[in-house]
Amino acid sequence: MTKLLTRKAERIDELAESGGTSLAKDAFRRMRRSPAAITGAVITILFVLLAIFSPWLAPKDPYVRYDELRENLTPSHIPGPMPGFLLGSDQNGFDFFSRLLVASQQTLIVGVGATVIGAAIGMLIGGLAGALGGWVDTLLMRFTDILLALPSLLLAVSIAAMFANGTQWTVIIAVSVVSVPIFARLLRGSMLAQRSSDHVLAATALGVKRTTIVFRHMLPNSLGPVIVQATLTLATSILEAAALSFLGLGDSDPDRAEWGLMLAKAQGLLDVKPELAFYPAIAIIVVALGFTLLGESLREALDPKNRR
Amino acid sequence: MALLEVRDLSVVFRRKGTRPFTAVDGVGFDVQPGQTVGLVGESGSGKSVTALAIMGLLPKRGAEVTGSVKFEDTEMLRLSDKQLRDRRGRDLGMVFQDPLSSLNPVIPIGLQITEVLERHRGMSRKQASVEAVDLLGRVGIPDPNRRLSEYPHQLSGGMRQRALIAIALACRPRLLIADEPTTALDVTIQAQILALLSELVRDTGTALIMITHDLGVVAGLCDEVNVMYGGRVVERAERHALFASSRHPYTHGLLASIPRLDAPRGEKLLPIKGSVADNIPWEHACAFAPRCPNALEVCRDVTPELSPDNGGMLRCHNPVGQMSGVR
Repeated sequence: MTKLLTRKAERIDELAESGGTSLAKDAFRRMRRSPAAITGAVITILFVLLAIFSPWLAPKDPYVRYDELRENLTPSHIPGPMPGFLLGSDQNGFDFFSRLLVASQQTLIVGVGATVIGAAIGMLIGGLAGALGGWVDTLLMRFTDILLALPSLLLAVSIAAMFANGTQWTVIIAVSVVSVPIFARLLRGSMLAQRSSDHVLAATALGVKRTTIVFRHMLPNSLGPVIVQATLTLATSILEAAALSFLGLGDSDPDRAEWGLMLAKAQGLLDVKPELAFYPAIAIIVVALGFTLLGESLREALDPKNRR
Repeated sequence: MALLEVRDLSVVFRRKGTRPFTAVDGVGFDVQPGQTVGLVGESGSGKSVTALAIMGLLPKRGAEVTGSVKFEDTEMLRLSDKQLRDRRGRDLGMVFQDPLSSLNPVIPIGLQITEVLERHRGMSRKQASVEAVDLLGRVGIPDPNRRLSEYPHQLSGGMRQRALIAIALACRPRLLIADEPTTALDVTIQAQILALLSELVRDTGTALIMITHDLGVVAGLCDEVNVMYGGRVVERAERHALFASSRHPYTHGLLASIPRLDAPRGEKLLPIKGSVADNIPWEHACAFAPRCPNALEVCRDVTPELSPDNGGMLRCHNPVGQMSGVR
């Protein structure tokens, strides 16, 4: 009886402390209930941890050719699992398992780098257009229309192809250019919606300066969709980066541990050791899926029309 | 000398592909320092647009504002954007209808007050915070110190409107425009907010333009009332005169359509027939004529002028309480 009472009292205290619900809290609560969101979050977190700690997690040095592996390496035979080498060798005598792990680092760097750069430039363009309006808006939006009109992969391929010697930066730049117009349009759209909102009118009626209105009243309220888009862009950036490496437009170092590149090199060896293509492909799919699930459920959780 | 002189104010909305729409049509009135003036009318009568025009808040493209708005001898309609920004919030404040959407949802209440104080009164953040606590306390928000760091969604509707009033009055403007400040609130809260407004206005000597469709609000608050219809002022009177002997059939209809506690049981309410959509243009007619129980031939042929009547002003060919002509 007393136990019941204390529990009730605790719950009331809890309610009192929660002090209403905010958008962020609400969104977080709803995300916790969705299996898709949890799956996405778990994959994303595991992937990020893997990418950060892979140099220590990898049992062998991914950039050293091991004699034990090379001894048995022939054009028609690639050694399978053996003691110390969990997945055996790849076609060059590297430890396949270690390379798989370390490749996550490349993927994370390229994915995050491309998204951050794309989002930053896109938000700059969209923010300027939305805040200033007029001919600046028209000019910037026509420019993004041009970028949007080109198929994204084609655009990325053309940009990557402009660089003679590819590095991971080539990939990052090529992939980020593709996401620039998406972020620009998105931020401009929500800034425009904010511009005609009641609280911006109220701030204007108080004589608040234009720059303050833009940075304090319009921009923070416009960021929701941009954050969602950034999560989704991470997934597409990873896929596009993999595609570029697959096409040979990525890092020019042929021995670089990178899933797209590993996939490309394994093409001719499907009958010898299909795992060489299989595992990198699975890795790319799972990671892209994780970010997409997370992004989609974030979008759903933040959508005010979706309140339940 | 009047604090605010509005003369022949017109607002025409022009959009490509549509006919120009005259929302406000030659409106004129004065506001004396410390006076409370009501702008009354139903939706679409042009009262809010009048307020926005006074504040210079109408979009520059699409809205054509003509006439004159003199605030302490400054012609507001001729001020530059920057000059307007310096005056808004400092000399003229405004309170809007929906307190939730009028507050920025992502920054704390405190910052929304201090931002105005820093801007117009040149206070440091610290001074402004002290002043903000004081302001919130004065509008009757309990525990203002704590509220300072809270977000709009954490406040109740009445509290939000109190906060908005605190923000609007932060720089002690000489004129406050309240655009239906109680419409979005519960009835019990409405009375509190009105009492608060009238108290603050009295204490600070701020003049108030009260925009409302609720004659009950007018009765409790306003010294003088302008009744608007179809973008024009149709009747102006002192509060008591208006309620005792309204002359315009529209005002009369508005008053008759208020339910009364002392009316006999079963008595029907008397609504005004039709809706604002039944307007005819003011040129060559009275816009209210299609809905007017007193309409005469002349009402459909000649525009009535706003002329002195019984101590106020009236725009009507056949006012209530005057036997004239054939029905």
